[in-house]
Amino acid sequence: MTDNILEVEDLRVYYRTRQGHVKAVNGVSFGVRKGEVFGIVGESGSGKTTVAKALVRVVKPPCTIEGGKIKINGRDTLSLSEDDMRRIRWNTLSLIPQGSMNSLNPVMRVERQIADGIHTHDRSMSNRAIRQRIGELMGMVDLPSDTPRKFPHELSGGMKQRVCIAMAVALNPQLIIADEFTSALDVVVQRVVVQTLKKVIRGMDLSLISIGHNMGLQAQLVDRMAIVYGGRIAEIGKVSQIYSEPLHPYTKLLIGSVPSIETKRELKTIGGFPPSLLDPPPGCIFHPRCPKAMDLCKKETPECREIEPERFAACHLY
Amino acid sequence: MSDYIIELKNVSKIFKGGMSRKHWTVALDNFSLTVEDGRAEIQTIAGESGSGKTTLANMVLNFLKPTAGTVYYNGKDIRRADKKERLQYRKDVQVVFQDPFAVYNPFFTIDHVFNTMIRNFSITDNTDEAQDRVHDSLRVVGLDPSEVLRKYPHEFSGGQLQRIMIARAFLAGPKVIVADEPVSMIDASLRAKLLEVLLGLKQDYGISFLYITHDLSTAYHIGDSTMILYRGSLVEHGGTEHVLKNARHPYVQLLLDSIPLPNPDRLWEDDYTLQAGKDLEETEAFALIEGCKFRMRCPRATQVCSEAPPPFFEVSGNHHVACYLYSDGNTDVGGNSKSENA
Repeated sequence: MTDNILEVEDLRVYYRTRQGHVKAVNGVSFGVRKGEVFGIVGESGSGKTTVAKALVRVVKPPCTIEGGKIKINGRDTLSLSEDDMRRIRWNTLSLIPQGSMNSLNPVMRVERQIADGIHTHDRSMSNRAIRQRIGELMGMVDLPSDTPRKFPHELSGGMKQRVCIAMAVALNPQLIIADEFTSALDVVVQRVVVQTLKKVIRGMDLSLISIGHNMGLQAQLVDRMAIVYGGRIAEIGKVSQIYSEPLHPYTKLLIGSVPSIETKRELKTIGGFPPSLLDPPPGCIFHPRCPKAMDLCKKETPECREIEPERFAACHLY
Repeated sequence: MSDYIIELKNVSKIFKGGMSRKHWTVALDNFSLTVEDGRAEIQTIAGESGSGKTTLANMVLNFLKPTAGTVYYNGKDIRRADKKERLQYRKDVQVVFQDPFAVYNPFFTIDHVFNTMIRNFSITDNTDEAQDRVHDSLRVVGLDPSEVLRKYPHEFSGGQLQRIMIARAFLAGPKVIVADEPVSMIDASLRAKLLEVLLGLKQDYGISFLYITHDLSTAYHIGDSTMILYRGSLVEHGGTEHVLKNARHPYVQLLLDSIPLPNPDRLWEDDYTLQAGKDLEETEAFALIEGCKFRMRCPRATQVCSEAPPPFFEVSGNHHVACYLYSDGNTDVGGNSKSENA
């Protein structure tokens, strides 16, 4: 499809350890459209953060991108030089990393940190232009105009998180990747931050990849989502379809296990434990925990196929 | 003997720092609570960060001395208990902490945790009996002893480690378990199992819980009664079904409205906007505030709210709210609680 801003094909990212390769991301493919919010949901160890890091190419040894393609606007980024990649970061693609609000430098005013970032990725902007841009950004994320003169410790968690959003959109990128960006916030603040982000991306017509484990938050935010398990994609579909009629047995159990304040029902439990990525089970990686596992599942790894239009699942049941 | 295993009577904790009252932190303000003997109940204490819920847990566990008020154990002031009574208290009141990865010593096998319990609480001198007790506790939390013992903590997932912690607490034969955010670090697929274990301990073994959490969804599923704290003050308490389905306090209504529902057809209704970031300001000197602590953020605040802290008003059987809106038995809710529209 041509209207995809990001196209990921068969991405493989491994951690090389003495015991062998840990296949953190093992053949992941998906596309993100212009102006879309795409969710990547999975539990810890499912490879979601590794995907985020690979997309902006900030993986460091022992983690290496072993194969696959990442195309941004049709251009393969894995073959770019480090200098070219730096030009893409912030300008086309930015990452709000996990715990980013704690990554602000405590001895630097907010203003200087944002200016530093802008300067690194766009040398052409004058100091006056940068200052003006920072003012605009504060307005966009609903922060008071004196925030740039403050130090991070003078801001609350929600305010720091909004500074991080401002930094991510500072150079008008086309795609933002937000990795668990509200996980440390209280619910009321979380709601405000998510709504701020939503407003900013709608206003700038950006695409967003929201990575997280909170099924409730993802339901509120995304248009389409991918469920990842053990470094592979289990299912991709529109958010309404995934919640109302999930296809993959893992998605079904995951949604059934989320307590909701709407209705009191018996929570489903998933037996067994997350797989070892060093020595994954043969066949489908979910089969030891799957209530519907067949003989075929133990032998053959299911491909992620289009089951219905716009719905992909990696399961032998379909 | 008293009817209550634990009773907190008008307990306050103020962390005094700095030169003036402006720098004091009122972590908990005039809080009372009882845990009845012989009646297993899961009491949820919920609130956001800074609401005082962990301070409360620390005082129940006798880790912190209250600034005012008293914690009673079987009718006796816990600060005045002698050594023997304190040991018995430690046995009766067990705890499960938030982070299962932080509580184990990585150099010891899991057995060490259980052996320490058996030794310190003199549970038994007989090695065979000790082993049986450990095996039983592990089976109660749904683990196979042969797959757990003689292994090291790093070989387990967070969900397993947390269940081992519950088994450890169970080994002491407690009457009450204080569970401080026991599931917040556990993955969704393993969380449900853990909640099931807690419910099982209540139903089959008559253990009461003080379930401390910020997550009202899990509170709704396992709690019998619910208390909501805001900035150290109790704002609403009652049966879980009443408090969470028919919330009356404007803060609790806001809190419930902000929970992201795992249902894409029920999105947040409208944007909750902040007055120039005022809401998020955490530098307010809360020790100085007269009246209701929520009034600055409250959409329905009136003059009376700033005069004195609101007392509790009963809105229905055993459901109490600290808000002047309900002062004259006025049960008109008006607010935007989702449950009212549902």
